Amino acid sequence: MTNRQEMDVHSLKELSAGQSCMVSLLHYWRAMWGIIWRELWRFVTQRERFISALVRPLVWLFVFAAGFRAALGLAITPPYETYILYEVYITPGLIGMIQLFNGMQSSLSMVYDREMGSMRILMVCPLPRWFLLLSKLLAGTGVSILQVYVFLVIAWFYDIQAPLQGYFWVLPALLLSGLMLGALGLLLSSFIKQLENFAGVMNFVIFPMFFMSTALYPLWKVKESSALLYHLAQYNPFSQAVELIRFALYGQFNQLAFIYTLVAFVVFMAAAIVGYNPSKGMMVRKGGT
Amino acid sequence: MNKNVLGLFLMGVLNGAVQAETVFVTLEKDNALAVVDPIAGTLSKSVDIGQRPRGIAISPDNKLLYVATSDENTIKIIDAESLKEVGKLPSGKDPETFALNPAGDRLYVSNEDDSLVTVIDIPGKKAIKQIKVGVEPEGITVSPDNLWVVSASETTNMVHWIDTLTNEIVENTLVDPRPRALAFTADSRQLWVTSEMAGTLMILDVKTKQLIKTIKFEVQGVTRDKIQPVGVVIDKDSKRGYVALGPTNRVAVLNAQTFEVEKYLLVGQRVWNLAFSPDQHRLYSTNGLSNDISIIDLETQTVTKSVAVGTYPWGVAVKP
Repeated sequence: MTNRQEMDVHSLKELSAGQSCMVSLLHYWRAMWGIIWRELWRFVTQRERFISALVRPLVWLFVFAAGFRAALGLAITPPYETYILYEVYITPGLIGMIQLFNGMQSSLSMVYDREMGSMRILMVCPLPRWFLLLSKLLAGTGVSILQVYVFLVIAWFYDIQAPLQGYFWVLPALLLSGLMLGALGLLLSSFIKQLENFAGVMNFVIFPMFFMSTALYPLWKVKESSALLYHLAQYNPFSQAVELIRFALYGQFNQLAFIYTLVAFVVFMAAAIVGYNPSKGMMVRKGGT
Repeated sequence: MNKNVLGLFLMGVLNGAVQAETVFVTLEKDNALAVVDPIAGTLSKSVDIGQRPRGIAISPDNKLLYVATSDENTIKIIDAESLKEVGKLPSGKDPETFALNPAGDRLYVSNEDDSLVTVIDIPGKKAIKQIKVGVEPEGITVSPDNLWVVSASETTNMVHWIDTLTNEIVENTLVDPRPRALAFTADSRQLWVTSEMAGTLMILDVKTKQLIKTIKFEVQGVTRDKIQPVGVVIDKDSKRGYVALGPTNRVAVLNAQTFEVEKYLLVGQRVWNLAFSPDQHRLYSTNGLSNDISIIDLETQTVTKSVAVGTYPWGVAVKP
């Protein structure tokens, strides 16, 4: 082999290593985009899902909150700097509700996918399992953020208006809270084998999380009724996600809520990844994919 | 060096952009005067002022504050900078509300228990006349053209038109039960009167002294008995008027041309009196039961902040 030939082979090797790196990244991107696109397409084409995702918080806003209107105003609690109506207080809680239900909906679709066999196709994709789960999570969070912004637009016309910059600052908060609640959904879906078992998630996860939180009532109000409830609400990750959203919507950063939500996300996600590991997780016990 | 100069210049521009003003609030139960920085939205300080301070006004040159200390039966003159007492005016018994004329040399005081209006000559610091009016006079105001002083008698349900030249009542107008506060439009053509018991605002024509229109307030979710209009102010362009609705915890925003209620703004508990910022970009309300004042941004028509000031905030005056 001449020197020239040796150099050509060397260059070809370098080129192929670079290409393979590019191809690999492209692979990841394609897989992630495919998962996100599938989720978005599903959401857009399932009009009933879109409408029901909006109707739920709107019924709470227009009916429940109107019934408990507290027409004379609620006492000032941060981040609010003056008296507010109950509808204003409950709005960040309902945003959290949208994301909570969306997270659980994603978990439901994971169980459905497993039953229908489409998850097998996803999981045999030659990419790390954690990446596929994270992509799935991002897709679900993206959908929930879309739902939240549509809800906020409707709320705006109902005279529930946050400062304009709040609509921008709430986006990263929604991303983190959506990821955390989605990761919780993923974790739960790794435990559930059949679709029928999902009712248990409603009874034992969604309702307690929602009602034992700051979504519907401020902590000081909960404290007045029960110290135990107060502590449960305080340490409920959903409460912290709601507070993160509430503060961000008013252009403020709640450090404690941020750290709490971030840690909860990492814990739930790690547990979900273990849960979906065929050699270690719940799958072994259940004998599923 | 250049950076420092630029920094100072920018600071000056920024400071100038937000016109600083000082809000003074009388605290009926604390016997004090609260000083609020409304731009920062904080209570700067609180100083002892005398027994049961209620009515407050600032002189046209913004140098002196007049504060009715009801249980001391006097109106105190306070230096608006040092907040030191510099004099007293003989107000008669139990002064609560009073009005300053545009020139700042006459003060008209309602003496509720004696059914009198006391006219005080400020430079001479003496009462020059006492005018017999209806039972329990409360609200009082002077027209911007300085032709009229109008006093409202709570129990007689009447407003009394007093000629400022003669200090005599020239006409009385029957109004809805328990009239509380009064305000003239800037052109002195209309007089707005709030009725606490009827829950209404009456617009009177100054020329004929007759009623033009009665506006009834209704707040969603609040029972009618809680709708008790008290303080009223009208902006200098007569575009909008604002009425404090007492226990509804609301300030009503009215279109001063069509007399339609445009909005109800949620403020603190039992909103009592109102005052504009000098540029009329903000409105301040004293909230008697929640012990705070609310700051209303008039450009966005939103309540931006409520600032705790002390017990039973009553009157409010603003110094540029």
